[in-house]
Amino acid sequence: MRMRAIRVEKAGLLTTVQDLGREGYGPIGVSPSGAADPISLRLGNLLVGNQENAAGLEMTLHGGTFAFPDGAIVALTGSDFGATLDDEAIGLHESFEVRAGQTLRLGATRSGARCYLCVRGGIEVAPFLGSASTHLLSGLGGFEGRALRNGDMLRIGHAGTKFRKRRIPARVSEQLAARGVLRVTAGPQADWFSTAARRAFCAGTYRVGEQSDRMGLRLAGARIPLKRERPMITEGVSLGAVQIPQAGAPIILFVEQQTTGGYPKIANVISADLHRVGQLRPRDEIRFEEVTFMQARSVLIEQEKMLASQVIVE
Amino acid sequence: MARIHWESAKVSRKNAASKAVQLKPASDRSLIVYFGDRVTLREHERVRKFLRLLEAEPIRGVQNLHPAYCSVMVDFDALKWTHAKLEKTLRRYLRRVDAIQLPEEREVEIPTCYGGEFGPDLDEVARLHGMTAERVVEWHASVTYVVYSLGFVPGFAYLGVLPKAIETPRLASPRRTTPPGSVGIAGNQTAVYPFATPGGWRLIGRTPIAMFQRDRGNMSLLNIGDRVRFVPISAERFAELNQKTPGYPFFVRARSRPLRNP
Repeated sequence: MRMRAIRVEKAGLLTTVQDLGREGYGPIGVSPSGAADPISLRLGNLLVGNQENAAGLEMTLHGGTFAFPDGAIVALTGSDFGATLDDEAIGLHESFEVRAGQTLRLGATRSGARCYLCVRGGIEVAPFLGSASTHLLSGLGGFEGRALRNGDMLRIGHAGTKFRKRRIPARVSEQLAARGVLRVTAGPQADWFSTAARRAFCAGTYRVGEQSDRMGLRLAGARIPLKRERPMITEGVSLGAVQIPQAGAPIILFVEQQTTGGYPKIANVISADLHRVGQLRPRDEIRFEEVTFMQARSVLIEQEKMLASQVIVE
Repeated sequence: MARIHWESAKVSRKNAASKAVQLKPASDRSLIVYFGDRVTLREHERVRKFLRLLEAEPIRGVQNLHPAYCSVMVDFDALKWTHAKLEKTLRRYLRRVDAIQLPEEREVEIPTCYGGEFGPDLDEVARLHGMTAERVVEWHASVTYVVYSLGFVPGFAYLGVLPKAIETPRLASPRRTTPPGSVGIAGNQTAVYPFATPGGWRLIGRTPIAMFQRDRGNMSLLNIGDRVRFVPISAERFAELNQKTPGYPFFVRARSRPLRNP
């Protein structure tokens, strides 16, 4: 049986092949990469009957136009990019059948930054270190190590023909859509900042800057001064670390960040809220809320329980 | 930018024994193991030994390691571990670190064509130090460097220590793109850019060798703890070597053994 394909008629602003990333290669400087909003990717895969970690397409701010010469089972998750299937509006968070010859068109976002297209069988690319994720800075992984271009042909993996329509309840997708508050735990250099500075950090509103991408989000807002200038020895950085460089404006380090860094980190976004970072777009206003490590862990456990139980089969 | 202090072995052995290892949470799914608060070869050796032990006896639920000059960040599955529980397990590993034998260090030679189109910042570096470009090259190539860690992009190795005579601050504005193989200096370190990425280090030369190759057994040419020397070559030799060959170990040997392919 020959492989089914997706023809990329229009690639969109920044569309890449992503799965949940490649963990474990810190010692050679390879960052995990993977979906910026991993929950949306996981849900999309569950909707079409894939393993959670199958490769899908991550679209940013403006989606593409995709032709399906052989048809497919598809789901769209994340933010609403105004999708139509052969000019008929198609919704998020439910799987649907695309017949051979139909075209799916997505436009500008009407909410958050990213929309995920998952297809039953997954997108097939040559894996790099066991993952299909694209790392744009080094040009490794994904589809030829780059964002998709007009004319690219993507291969769809083999999948069973049985299809059951699935959807995610509205209350779940609404709950996941919130992105104005990022809960954080104290960073390894939190004590380099005064109590007043830390209070200001959590009281203030920050605007996501235009120069934000998969490596990091630059925030504009109150500057956070150090207690005093001190040299910092480069150390490992974790996903979602909030770094304060010399200029004082915070940067949230993200999925393609470097594995080590030399700027003080005041806080770290909790694991359960990382998907919110993946939906932040330039000019979004956010604020931070500090929680304890125990609280962060409870929230994560609850979130995983919720995700494990919320996909409905019709 | 970390300043690397080249502590004498005797002094650092005395100090190291009394320094307790500190573990600090970094996020809800990571913690950092600090071997010290200064960058020394001795602490770096402990980083390498700890890494080696964790790679030989992996802990289930530990997802990634980020070694650096004197610390190792440990990423873990927050559903399987709490900081307290993991710290207990890691301290058992840490008690065994000093007894770990490191394999013999590899020495890697990086053939480098200095200056001209390959080293657009070489003349400025020379001017800043009031010396000739040739003297800068002599200084750069006179030292055996240590790979302190990898980061930034795959295969990017932070090498120390650059001779004090040519310590140079990085560019005020980074280049938007840096040719792969470019040899740069910044602060008291040097490195080779594996990919065409933005870069703020001063470029003084270029190597034809691939620093990172996905279809090569050892993908990253350099690994933590390797010793590195830069060997000046001519433009003609650069052109000769500038082919993509999957078998790379022309220039890699164990410190005690001679080169296999001189």
